[in-house]
Amino acid sequence: MRLSSKATTLLILAAVIAIAPVFFPSSYYFRVGSLIFVNGLAVTGLVILIGYAGQISLGHAGFAGIGAYACALAPVHLGLHPALAAVLGAFLSAAIAFLVGRPILRLKGYYLAVASLGFGILVSMVLSNEAQLTGGPDGMAVPELGLRAALKAVGIDLSNTAFWYAFSGLVLVIGAWLALNLHHSPTGRALRALHGSEIAARTVGVDVAHYKLVAFVISAVYASVSGSLLALQNKFITPDVGGFMHSIEMVTMTVLGGAGSVLGAILGAAILTTLPQVLTVFQEYEQLMLGLVMMLVMIFMREGLLPSITRRIRGRGE
Amino acid sequence: MPELLQFLLSGITVGAVYALVALGFTIIYNASDVVNFAQGEFVMLGGMITVFAHAAGMPLPLAALIAVIATAGVGVALNKLAIEPARGAPVVSLIIITIGASIFIRGAAQLVFDKQIHRFPAFSGDQPIAIGGATILPQSLWVIAGALAVFFCLWLFFTRTLTGRAVLATANNRVAAQLVGINTNYVMTLSFSMSAAIGALAGVLVTPITLTSYDVGLALALKGFAAAMLGGMGNPKGALAGGLLLGILEAMTAGYISSQYKDAAAFIVILAVLFAMPQGLFGRKSTDRV
Repeated sequence: MRLSSKATTLLILAAVIAIAPVFFPSSYYFRVGSLIFVNGLAVTGLVILIGYAGQISLGHAGFAGIGAYACALAPVHLGLHPALAAVLGAFLSAAIAFLVGRPILRLKGYYLAVASLGFGILVSMVLSNEAQLTGGPDGMAVPELGLRAALKAVGIDLSNTAFWYAFSGLVLVIGAWLALNLHHSPTGRALRALHGSEIAARTVGVDVAHYKLVAFVISAVYASVSGSLLALQNKFITPDVGGFMHSIEMVTMTVLGGAGSVLGAILGAAILTTLPQVLTVFQEYEQLMLGLVMMLVMIFMREGLLPSITRRIRGRGE
Repeated sequence: MPELLQFLLSGITVGAVYALVALGFTIIYNASDVVNFAQGEFVMLGGMITVFAHAAGMPLPLAALIAVIATAGVGVALNKLAIEPARGAPVVSLIIITIGASIFIRGAAQLVFDKQIHRFPAFSGDQPIAIGGATILPQSLWVIAGALAVFFCLWLFFTRTLTGRAVLATANNRVAAQLVGINTNYVMTLSFSMSAAIGALAGVLVTPITLTSYDVGLALALKGFAAAMLGGMGNPKGALAGGLLLGILEAMTAGYISSQYKDAAAFIVILAVLFAMPQGLFGRKSTDRV
């Protein structure tokens, strides 16, 4: 049963990503799709941190910022290929998460929230203040990944938007697969145990501090890769990617869809990424609607959209 | 030395505002265990409503009074419509609800008012007062005096009135308070209206110095939250100390190190304090019950 739920999730995800383009009337939809996948990846990392381990972070955009600026800076200053730059960014994020995570994760609840928030703000402040390096609030250009040209050379000719749709979709499926594997691994069980009760987990021999740190580092890598993908896709990056509002968006997507489920969280990412696109018609009301959606879902569907809906459907079936 | 004094004075002014915001956080946290991220929007509403009421021809004191009362109403609505229905929800959900509320209020303010930056005249002129080589705006004195007055009144309220003691009892143990006949729903409503009113008052006092617009709330909420944490969540004395400390720290960083990184100093200190003293400067050590 457990194994099949993992397979079902991956199958649904892959099928939706593969079939959706059939209904796309224009390349704009590919663009929105790939944005959803990029956000979905960051959110999948937060499922590990929030959903599995029960820890909160209001500063994960900081890691997205590191990943994004690694892709912008490393090719220029270190002469790295953009793909290697993304890997470097992921390593850097993991290292920083490791260093910051140990003291931060001793804190709980609101204290953890403010500490992670402070970390995120420090990162975004560096990104916007070190203008000679990062271009400051105006942002900076990011070099071309070059993978599309390579594909073209072997006879696969994709439009720019279609390429990024397929590529980020692929990365998302891989990310979801890894996260689902983790769920059923000994590490995943340890994380869920400490989510339930830290004291109980410690009593049965789980190294609570170690596993919290593992979840924090893994989720930081997800956020970093998501930031890199965004930077490479847009070929331009501003400090907003590391800003407080982006952190909040990421957490909101996760919890809105259902922090306990990878598919749910990705659904949350899909909704919150599409919402502003739909609402551009009512631009004046965008913030009003966003705030309203956040409050209503959290009040009436506490576990998030997907778990609440599936429970309702199952309840009716029984 | 006049330089140091100057930074100190401006730090205390800003710190007094942070302290008021932190106090708002503290009151709501004590009553409901919720950290209200919409706290900064109360400050914004206080400033903006006063601006527009004053522009509509009302005298300033009346406009300010209306702003404080209207914002208190918003606080009560927030409690009744968003916080009470979500009682018992996990911390993450509550954070998202109050951030949602903050985005909602900001969106509404942008529609009802506008996106411009506003101010209204200072209460007693803009002629700086010289103190030992440094200068201070008369409005800064209003801010500092206002903050002190609020803290003093609150101290009287909590220690000398039955209602105040009921609020403290609810903060201490909600069920026990209910058992001795305290109407805890009323205490919640009261706490949200007080917290909103204090936020609005901070907005009224500080707008002539810092100006206001529909989006000033978020930054203030973050700083106020940080100040409350610095002092120790749930402790009014901690809110005052944390706010002043944060303000002075920012002013010193801006003056002596880098004005770009003045916000960084605040968060670095908070991280350091939380690492060394996870309960904040004045927080009580708590032990989890298994």
